[in-house]
Amino acid sequence: MSTALLPGFWHRALRQRSFVIGALLTALLLAAAALSLVWTPWPPYDMAMDATLQPPGAAHWLGTDAYGRDITSLLLVGARSSILVGVIAVGIGLSLGAALGLLSAARGGWVEEAIMRLADFTFAFPALLLAIMLTAVFGPGIVNAIIAIGIFYIPTFARVTRASARAVWARDYILAAHACGKGPWRITLEHVLPNIASVLIVQATIQFALAILAEAALSYLGLGTQPPQPSWGRMLAEAQTLMFQAPLLALWPGVAIALAVLGLNLLGDGLRDLLDPRLARQR
Amino acid sequence: MMASATPLLEVQNLAITLQTQRGAVRAVHDLGFTLARGETVGLIGESGCGKSLTALALMGLLPDGASVRGSIRFDGQELLAMPDKALCQLRGNRMAMVFQEPMSALNPVHSIGRQVAEPLRLHQGLSARQARTQAMELLERVGIARAAERLDAYPHQFSGGQRQRITIAMALACGPDLLIADEPTTALDVTVQRQILELLAGLVAERGMALILISHDLGVIAQSVARTLVMYGGTVVESGPTRAVFGAMAHPYTQGLFAARPRLGAARVAGERLPTIAGSVPDLADLPAGCPFAGRCPRTLDACHAALPPAVALGAGHEARCIRLGEP
Repeated sequence: MSTALLPGFWHRALRQRSFVIGALLTALLLAAAALSLVWTPWPPYDMAMDATLQPPGAAHWLGTDAYGRDITSLLLVGARSSILVGVIAVGIGLSLGAALGLLSAARGGWVEEAIMRLADFTFAFPALLLAIMLTAVFGPGIVNAIIAIGIFYIPTFARVTRASARAVWARDYILAAHACGKGPWRITLEHVLPNIASVLIVQATIQFALAILAEAALSYLGLGTQPPQPSWGRMLAEAQTLMFQAPLLALWPGVAIALAVLGLNLLGDGLRDLLDPRLARQR
Repeated sequence: MMASATPLLEVQNLAITLQTQRGAVRAVHDLGFTLARGETVGLIGESGCGKSLTALALMGLLPDGASVRGSIRFDGQELLAMPDKALCQLRGNRMAMVFQEPMSALNPVHSIGRQVAEPLRLHQGLSARQARTQAMELLERVGIARAAERLDAYPHQFSGGQRQRITIAMALACGPDLLIADEPTTALDVTVQRQILELLAGLVAERGMALILISHDLGVIAQSVARTLVMYGGTVVESGPTRAVFGAMAHPYTQGLFAARPRLGAARVAGERLPTIAGSVPDLADLPAGCPFAGRCPRTLDACHAALPPAVALGAGHEARCIRLGEP
């Protein structure tokens, strides 16, 4: 999507509160994950039995857990799991879902009917139940969790893509493209896809947030990220048993999840308003 | 331009049926005409008479629910029997179309340079650079000022008239033999309308292409085309050289249409009202068996309701479908 299409994109973006806050929080999430690759305050996997359940302080900024691991370091490394799950799950859902959605909008008829009924069928399963089912069959682990979440996203993206693509197919410039001698595939790639890109970007942002939540939920249930790999969901689960000795232990991963999801949702909302050409024209 | 025995376009017994919720609708029927190379013809009639559907049928762009019968021969080839792939090679290349709404006929996310260059790359296999150069020349020819600088501009940066010039440049890119212009000036200001018509007329003369101009505006048709087809209720009720049709209107519908056109400044007796054609356009879902105009015609006989009147020749190429033509 070209910025020339949307006059003053950055100018407007900087004045839009939800976009700015969302972008900052998302940047913070990405920065945390990136930082953990090169530096953490303490080695995240090192246990220290003489320094368990430390309160926040100068040495351990957010304290330590029941095994004496540094919470700050665990949170930083845990951000990597969340991002990994988000990127791959949204990648699977977006690529396959958008392809199916574009196909059904371009072909119509029984192809569209079959794809959409299949999507309805998938929707009949609650997402988490599907993920639990898949991990029950293939064993727990972050890879299976990612695949489970990604598969569940395919029909979501397929529906959104089809609905927006059908609206584009009804436009005059599609008829004009036909009149220029273009076939359906060329029209799909050159005319339909660029015109629904903004919708897909927004949807991907919001689904990314949901993927982080889903990963946390699966890890909390012990079906996602496996020890010793840190994950926010598992940190919550471990903190639960120590609720009365060290309540802060549950607070930190909870805040991390909430901020990441909030940031991505605000970013998605902000992008939706910014990329809407009708709003762009008004300025 | 080579002289050839076969006409460029030969339409015979064209019938288009649309499937709607109220059943099959006979939108176009018994429609036929021929178009020689380089000839300009105007299709006139009110909304819903089947003009635009006819144009879409010629391009093979009818909506999914439509079925077509009859024959459309383009340069001797039967289009209705042609696979879509072969049609794609004709569209934008040897036959092209300009649409009514220049505001929505251009893709908002592509630069105009790219959109004008696309048919050239698609049909003539030009490189991006060659196509860009030609696109610039085309845009200059259709009157886009400073075309070289504006190749990378987007449609929303142009006015309606300029956009229509751009769609014309797109249609003309590959030098088509036939240009179909479906109400190309309806959405534009009157001053811009004249410029666009003059541009089209100039291009048609310069390139020797044939033009089908669709309009509901009598003035537009009168000044732009050599031959006129008057459509009503899905078929051609009168056709002939524009001069003859406008000079000696034979069909009662044509007469009504001319009488009903408003003329600013024309001396009018105080209190006199603009003449109108009584009744309203027949419902295509429920078209009468006979003459489609019979229900509104001041001269209807019982026989008019019986069958669609045959075309009666009135002079050189001038004919009309009415059974009362010879009468005073």
